[in-house]
Amino acid sequence: MTTEKRENIGTDLSDYIRIENLKVYFGDEKRGKVLRAVDDVTFTIKKNEFFGLVGESGCGKSTLGRAMINLTPIRGGDVFFDEYNMTAKKKKLTAQETLVRNSAHMVFQNPFSSLNPRKTVRRQLSEVLRVHKMYPGQEMKRVQEMLAFVGIGKESMGKFPGQFSGGQLQRIAIARALLLEPQFVVADEPVSALDVSVQAQILNLFSELKEKLDLTMLFISHNLSVVEYISDRVGVMYVGKIVEIADVKELYEHTGHPYTRSLINSIPSPETGKEEAFYDSVLEGEMPNPMEEQKGCRFASRCKSKFDRCDTEIPQLLPLMDNPDHLVACHLCKHG
Amino acid sequence: MSILSIEHLSVRLKSNKGMVNAVRDTSFSIEKGAIFGLVGESGCGKSVTAKSILKLHNPKASTITGKIEFEDMSVLAATEKKMRSIRGEKIAMIFQDPMTSLDPLMTVGKQISEGLIFHKKMTREAAKTESIELMSKVGITFPEKRYGQYPHEFSGGMLQRIMIATALSCKPQLLIADEPTTALDVTIQAQILKLMKKLQKEEDMAILIITHDLGVVANFCEEVGVMYAGEIFEKANVKTIFECPRHPYTIGLMKAIPRIGGNDKRLETISGMPPLLLGEIVGCPYSPRCPNATEKCQTIAPELRDIGNNHLVRCHNLSDTLWR
Repeated sequence: MTTEKRENIGTDLSDYIRIENLKVYFGDEKRGKVLRAVDDVTFTIKKNEFFGLVGESGCGKSTLGRAMINLTPIRGGDVFFDEYNMTAKKKKLTAQETLVRNSAHMVFQNPFSSLNPRKTVRRQLSEVLRVHKMYPGQEMKRVQEMLAFVGIGKESMGKFPGQFSGGQLQRIAIARALLLEPQFVVADEPVSALDVSVQAQILNLFSELKEKLDLTMLFISHNLSVVEYISDRVGVMYVGKIVEIADVKELYEHTGHPYTRSLINSIPSPETGKEEAFYDSVLEGEMPNPMEEQKGCRFASRCKSKFDRCDTEIPQLLPLMDNPDHLVACHLCKHG
Repeated sequence: MSILSIEHLSVRLKSNKGMVNAVRDTSFSIEKGAIFGLVGESGCGKSVTAKSILKLHNPKASTITGKIEFEDMSVLAATEKKMRSIRGEKIAMIFQDPMTSLDPLMTVGKQISEGLIFHKKMTREAAKTESIELMSKVGITFPEKRYGQYPHEFSGGMLQRIMIATALSCKPQLLIADEPTTALDVTIQAQILKLMKKLQKEEDMAILIITHDLGVVANFCEEVGVMYAGEIFEKANVKTIFECPRHPYTIGLMKAIPRIGGNDKRLETISGMPPLLLGEIVGCPYSPRCPNATEKCQTIAPELRDIGNNHLVRCHNLSDTLWR
């Protein structure tokens, strides 16, 4: 395991992962009943970057994460890791391609269901190494090492998942994802099922991973304060589309898209004296049905600053004039 | 005048590992028309407390001691028949997950009217008119059409509105809301909180809200009780709890949540885990995790004491420093 400190993020290593026109559709296209879960999404993730993906439930953020590492069949588009195409269908992969595909792993939301309740921790973690023929003969040492890294002692290796608390189980699930020295990890709501005090422990573990490992991560969450804490850059999703991407500070300080602003305003802040602002900024309405065909901006039905063009023309995700690293899909923004 | 007062409530529940002391010596009261929040992590006894107010625990699998008084009537001494006339009429409850707490085989309209027919002895037609009015009051569009639809035809946020309409149908004096927004998205959560606040003012009803989200507490409640291991650790008005909390656990919780615009330093965590509530706990249940713990904490359980201005804390070694 590479434990050297990560350095100079994103200087010349930009565009490590490229997602190009990715589409994931569910349903019967011939009968016209299609749910466009991920609808023509293009963005990049830099090397060693923690990319946060936020949005409400049903917006397609999990599907996007899963599609990126081949857990969900895609309808079109490509995902590149360096120069390797992750999602191209091939009869035979070269050794290098297999290696690249195996270097992407996932941490799921609920550790109670993502670990096998009938296998001991030792057994289900060492199995991962055996299947991938990694660390031959040293599986136990490797498992022990990774568990120690996430803060689980070796005396716990013989226990079953039922004997751990939620926080400990999530640590084990993270250790499992890290066993094969992944380059890229998709963490899908890894702290949503946990209590506040335990959530803080796991979030700190994630920031430790960021400091100590050579790792790129897609961190999916519906909680904007969690995403702000953990990410370098953030993408906001709404009904299958990414509507805004920016550096984390830029996103929260110079919010571009009205939807992002509403999302940020919807979080009840844990301090008193802000109730009025909170209740005044409530976003009315609900997310539109993703089965319906898109004619204009998806957010138009709930947007307070909507005008004629929003109903007829789909806004494209484009860089802002005064900050080319800040991408917004909104007709109100000045694009460069 | 307080509408609900709970004194020294203890609830023991039977489990396959023995008796669980889910709630231990909890006291608080709710004034007429006030909003009281119970906040705590999962398993701290907040839902168990709420359920005992409506006597929803199985009497064969639980022992409840202490006093629960609702409008000068002892809930614990009341017969099941009496309780049935109170549930839904004087005290109503909203549950966490609207998808599972409504009957999937019954139209939502019927579920709203049920209480009106049972408690208010309305005719079906009158109940229907009243229900449709309630539905439009909680913000459901086309209520006449929606009246005849089933729960699966609604989104989560809309179903929670139906739950609220059902709960409010008989104009209860007390509404118990057990994690009413936990299963919902943030934008919908904000809508529901706004709606509940508006209706609470209009109907002048008291609300007991149970949540684990400190943000919801700060923006919704007037008075707050922080629960841990079945006990109330700290109780005060919402401003005091957020601006000068004194219990080390409350302070620990405040520090553990990431905040927007907060600095990027490590979150301070509370080490360890909440205790198991099987069997007796000696001393303060928080002492194994507490930064202020002394020897006394491990042997003598602290009492809930008033430190002025109705600020109650259960701790031997209060934190003096301002937490920020």
